[in-house]
Amino acid sequence: MKSLEKFLRKIEPTHESKWAKFHPVWDALYTFAFTPGETTKKGSHIRDGIDLKRTMFMVIVALIPCLLFGIYNTGHWHYYAEGTAGAFMDHFGDKLLYGAIKILPIVIVSYGIGLGVEFIFCIRNKHAIQEGFLVTGMLIPLILPADIPLWMVAVATVFAVVLGKEVFGGTGMNIVNIALTARAFLFFGYPTEMSGDKVWMSGIGDMAKADIPEGVTGATQLGELASFTFPQEEWAYGAEAVANIQETAISGFQSAWPLWESFVGMIPGSIGETSVAAILIGAILLLYTGIGNWKLMSSFVVGGLVVGLIANWTAVNPYMELEPLNHLIIGGFAFGAVFMITDPVSAAQTSTGKFIYGFLAGALSITIRVFNGAYPEGVFLAILFMNVMAPMIDHYVIQVNIKRRLKRIKTA
Amino acid sequence: MSRTIKLRKGLDIKLLGEAEKVKSTPKVTAFAIKPPDFHGLMPKLTVKVGDKVKTGSVIFFDKYQEEVKFVSPIAGEITEIVRGAKRKILEVRIKADAENSAEEFGIINPDSMDEAATKKALLDNGLWPFIKMRPIDIVANPNDTPKAIFVSGFDSSPLAPDYDYVLHGHAEAFQAGITALSKLTQGKVHITTRANAANDEALKGVKGVQSHTIVGKHPAGNVGTQIHHIDPINKGEVVWTVNALDVALIGSSLIGGKYDSSRIIALTGSEVKKTEYIKTNIGASMASLIENKIKADGDVRIISGNVLTGDKVSADGYLGFYHQQITAIPEGNEASFQLSGGGWLGPGTKKFSINRSYFSWLTPNKKRRLDTNLNGEIRSFVVTGEMEKVFPFDIYPMQLIKSAMYNDIDLMENLGIYEVAPEDFALCEFVCTSKIDIQDKIRQGLDVIKEECM
Repeated sequence: MKSLEKFLRKIEPTHESKWAKFHPVWDALYTFAFTPGETTKKGSHIRDGIDLKRTMFMVIVALIPCLLFGIYNTGHWHYYAEGTAGAFMDHFGDKLLYGAIKILPIVIVSYGIGLGVEFIFCIRNKHAIQEGFLVTGMLIPLILPADIPLWMVAVATVFAVVLGKEVFGGTGMNIVNIALTARAFLFFGYPTEMSGDKVWMSGIGDMAKADIPEGVTGATQLGELASFTFPQEEWAYGAEAVANIQETAISGFQSAWPLWESFVGMIPGSIGETSVAAILIGAILLLYTGIGNWKLMSSFVVGGLVVGLIANWTAVNPYMELEPLNHLIIGGFAFGAVFMITDPVSAAQTSTGKFIYGFLAGALSITIRVFNGAYPEGVFLAILFMNVMAPMIDHYVIQVNIKRRLKRIKTA
Repeated sequence: MSRTIKLRKGLDIKLLGEAEKVKSTPKVTAFAIKPPDFHGLMPKLTVKVGDKVKTGSVIFFDKYQEEVKFVSPIAGEITEIVRGAKRKILEVRIKADAENSAEEFGIINPDSMDEAATKKALLDNGLWPFIKMRPIDIVANPNDTPKAIFVSGFDSSPLAPDYDYVLHGHAEAFQAGITALSKLTQGKVHITTRANAANDEALKGVKGVQSHTIVGKHPAGNVGTQIHHIDPINKGEVVWTVNALDVALIGSSLIGGKYDSSRIIALTGSEVKKTEYIKTNIGASMASLIENKIKADGDVRIISGNVLTGDKVSADGYLGFYHQQITAIPEGNEASFQLSGGGWLGPGTKKFSINRSYFSWLTPNKKRRLDTNLNGEIRSFVVTGEMEKVFPFDIYPMQLIKSAMYNDIDLMENLGIYEVAPEDFALCEFVCTSKIDIQDKIRQGLDVIKEECM
């Protein structure tokens, strides 16, 4: 490895050379290959072994189970839409191959475009290239449907990196979660590619109606739930009929989607979000290594459960009757709880603030789901909204500390 | 009323090379007193090259507080005055002579003195610089009236010298020092020792103090932590702090009638062949203290002080005024391939981290040979919540650091800048994922506060 280091040192652009402004790119390459021999100059002479690269790398490792399951699941639902999916292991290789062909290009586009934008800004601003996008580049594909056109991935990534991050000064300076910015951009900009029942089973959009087997709707669980009629007109139908509709709707839903299958992830949805099992593996890794924040994760889940329970108790429509546990397992809730709410830059930064922030985000997610029929999924909207609120939460938490200090002077 | 302070936060960094309890007395002839040891000091020299000085002769004084004098730790001849940029005085070097004569000021019994007399005795005889003040963490201003004086009875930093061992047999001097200090304040002298430890007689038997005990990891031994939990500093208040070993020096100087600069320092660190305690004097030449005692393989960093707050010194440097320890650790100045032991993708069994992302978490109690590598590149603040794990203060560390970085005086005051010193942030700096020099940022913040508010 000495020779590689020598080679890299040799091609390092100097101040005088015409490549001088590309030094950040060289620096990124060099520090990727080697931990530099940079020593401490001031202050503490020894430093913790962790750095931002390792931190980001651990998150990527935690995302790998989601990615792998996403690849399988994409293939599975493709064959399901064709009516030939069979059991878990049937056509296993075919499913993986189909999924890989669909998903790897999205990952490559997301990384390629995002890193490209990052490099351009770093060269322009003469900054070192920071590692923030390593995780974002993986998160963006995992929260999109598999059939998303690649150009949309590219446009959304550029939008998110430039307007979500670079205009604020780059890594560590962003206000909202960058991956969710990309998703929000697509969700509002190209709703037909991001919602409805034509996008969640790969290939179903291109199939003729006649080819689709009977009973396959292409909708996600969230879509089904949101499409339940709201039997509010009790005076027209009679209380008994209303109760009947509610009963059949929710029990039909629950028998069509057994909890266990939803947990494993055998459901249609965005690429990486379906398998709670895969997400849990990531969660365990993040929590055990201490990279992910348990305060944010737990409070988010608690927030979701509380609203789920309240809705359950006061149920007036079928959606509200859904068991709170179901809410945690379907849709993007679990993925949001582990990988989105824990983004340290856009989350609240104080300990108390983290509990408040996580709880409110979780509560708001389920609130949007249950009470806003227009948006079947509320997780990303809730997190984006709370990203904006996080500095305010921190402000008031810190004010408490400041008041305590001022009070000490007065009583002294 | 004494109580036990319990800390839940903190971090003990386990390093190789704790000092073994044997003493040696190497012959040292070169000494220096270094003005940069006293932060913010503007020295006015009273000697020139070639002058003969005795132990306790004034070498320089503070330009803005002329009564604060800094004296020679040894008798001899001024050989060199080292200046840096803008002719800033960096070192006044003294070559010891054989006579070792001292400025005698007569035996002083601290019991029989009042505040003014004690102050004068300490100021005139060069003992004042041992007293530091909080806020700002600089040599105390003799015109202040401190609300209390704090002494930490132990040092919890990595490889720190064992105060019980060093203070053993100095009970009389320690008591005299404490008595003298107690004259300087209307409040109390607080002394904090480790709970559940066999503290030496000197610390246990001392009279005229308010004693406390503390349990917890480092920074339990930092006086700043103790102040915060005993009687926190508010805006406008001043407390003074003295290191326990310096209390003994003040005491022995007073009852001996001459300036006592003798120190027992710990020679520690993984690169020391045989660790030990060394009996020497303040400002001794590093070269003579560590001669033939450092392992020869690879570059070694010699630190005057501990690994968290000490100063890097070159081989021809000198022991710092406040330091009771020398640490030698390997320089980590070689790049390591990503997948190798030192690389960012590697297993990292040799690295130490408070997170469990490296496999070194499997052996948490192993004593490690850590080097000075930064272990990464300087980045923006990204990770939150890591500093809070090692910072046992009711203060938001990251917010305070940021306010110091952008010089927001109001916010710094509100967030508690008066209660902290750079050394309190040493562990925050250690754990920082973004490799930011936090102690330096806090020092800059304190400088602004000193300029604008004191």
